[in-house]
Amino acid sequence: MTTTTLLAKRRRKLHIRFSAVGMLGLAVILFWAVVSIAAPWIIPHPVGTIVDYDYFGPVSSKFWMGTDYLGRDIFSRVLMGARYTVGISLAAVTISCTAGVLLGMIAAVSGGLLDGLLSRFLDALNTIPSQLFGLVVVAAVGSSIPVLILTMAVIFIPGAFRFSRALAVNINAMDFVTVARIRGEGVVYLVVSEILPNIMGPVLADLGLRFVFIVLLLSGLSFLGLGVQPPYADWGAMVRENLGGLAFGAPAVIFPCLAIASLTIGVNLLIDNLPKKIRDRSDA
Amino acid sequence: MKKKVFSMIAARLLVMGVSLLIVSSAVFFATTMLPGDTAAILLGQAATPEAVEGLRKAMHLDDPALLRYGHWMLGMLTGDFGKSYANSMPIATLIGGRLANTLKLAAVTSMFSVPLSLVLGIAAAMMRGSLFDRIVTFCSIGLVSVPEFLVATTAVLIFSVYLGWFPALAFTNEIHSFGELLRVFAMPVIALTSVISAQMVRMTRAAVVETLSTPYAEMALLKGASWKRIVLRHALPNALGPIVNAMALSLSYLLGGVIIVETIFNYPGIAKLMVDAVATRDLPLIQTCAMIFCLGFLTLMAMADIIAILANPRLR
Repeated sequence: MTTTTLLAKRRRKLHIRFSAVGMLGLAVILFWAVVSIAAPWIIPHPVGTIVDYDYFGPVSSKFWMGTDYLGRDIFSRVLMGARYTVGISLAAVTISCTAGVLLGMIAAVSGGLLDGLLSRFLDALNTIPSQLFGLVVVAAVGSSIPVLILTMAVIFIPGAFRFSRALAVNINAMDFVTVARIRGEGVVYLVVSEILPNIMGPVLADLGLRFVFIVLLLSGLSFLGLGVQPPYADWGAMVRENLGGLAFGAPAVIFPCLAIASLTIGVNLLIDNLPKKIRDRSDA
Repeated sequence: MKKKVFSMIAARLLVMGVSLLIVSSAVFFATTMLPGDTAAILLGQAATPEAVEGLRKAMHLDDPALLRYGHWMLGMLTGDFGKSYANSMPIATLIGGRLANTLKLAAVTSMFSVPLSLVLGIAAAMMRGSLFDRIVTFCSIGLVSVPEFLVATTAVLIFSVYLGWFPALAFTNEIHSFGELLRVFAMPVIALTSVISAQMVRMTRAAVVETLSTPYAEMALLKGASWKRIVLRHALPNALGPIVNAMALSLSYLLGGVIIVETIFNYPGIAKLMVDAVATRDLPLIQTCAMIFCLGFLTLMAMADIIAILANPRLR
């Protein structure tokens, strides 16, 4: 049995072909991942210091993306901003998907009362619009990076739960799970060894989409002045800081916008162009 | 079978009521768990302990939380929303005109975005795989995957700054004719429409594409019916339920859009009021606004579900 699954796995690996557009998306994501790790070593100017006497300076050979409303280098700030935007979103999406998927699989495997209670409760949580939830929490406890990560993780748990539960219910009805159950395996084994490997592909694709939602929500909150607080700035906060330059199309507004757009569109392109095999295993 | 439909709708409304109850308690307890003493914050640094104590009494802050929640819910149901912390005006008067402004904005936006996205979505689905379809799909993916404020700022950049067609700021009290109404609403509406339509186009297209791949659509094709006839006579009537469902769902995206759009354009609506209230930590105002938003959101979701139930002929 093990050899056949291994063979199947290898065959699947060979057949995964990304389209050119998907590769482009992947390249953009890798680029921002590298940038957010290496940012402190590659920024040309310190992010906090005023390097230009002019504010909203134009693009020049010294300041690749112009300068902001205080005369700080935008290029360096965008590179450092990647850390906050990517880092916070990644942390939040990891927590929410891990929790959501685990709960979803457990609910699907155990069924009964636990399943019903979890589903009802998380559905109710899901009816609170995400922006509103963020606003209320920030109003109540103030904004800091741990609060932001946890809030966004909680907001997106119900979605991850619903998605993985639906997938897991399908797998749960299959013969090999029934066999394992008759064999006397416990919930932990069923979840980890039988269900999880079979829903991994769609779950990862879903994680990508959820990551985009979180980036959007975080940027939106920061844009309203309720997300990442100064002196730190993620991309949304940078747009807010420099909004005064919008009227004359300052590069200080445009480049953070482009950064957000490139990241979110990049992830979307990758997910949309994933081979069908990974994306909708549930249909297969 | 009528009975079954009624009971399903009733069940859906019940779920909505329960959700509203859970949401209300979440909103209330999240905002009361504030670190720090509300009375002390309100009175500022120079307050004497006696004054703080007096205010605490006057605001019933010493009562147990559950009792205050009961009071608050009762007030909500009878239309008594309490007083704002910031300027002690009754919240009902603060909200009244602003709610109307936001609803106006929402109504004008839906007036434009619903027909627009219906046409684009259905046309894209009909010409699936064509250049037009690819452009529409690409644009809607692009719009969906960037934050709302980016769409709004881009719209300002294009229409107000470069083209100079519309004023970037909104003043609703200067409206005398329909033309002026359109001019003042133009920028917020363009921004909101872009945000919402992208969702609607995607969902409409998906609904029509799905019906076109059903066996009876294939049957019509094999029968030799023209493409136009297949789409208009066979697919569309059956896709109507999912489409209307998608419309109601996408309209709930108005909420997220409205918060950003009202902030950018300084539009005197209820979302702007709420964002300002968050900045000043005006809790009763935040609670009331949050409840209004949740009610609107839940109503749209319930409507979407009920329409889906009604549109399903298997239940009739």
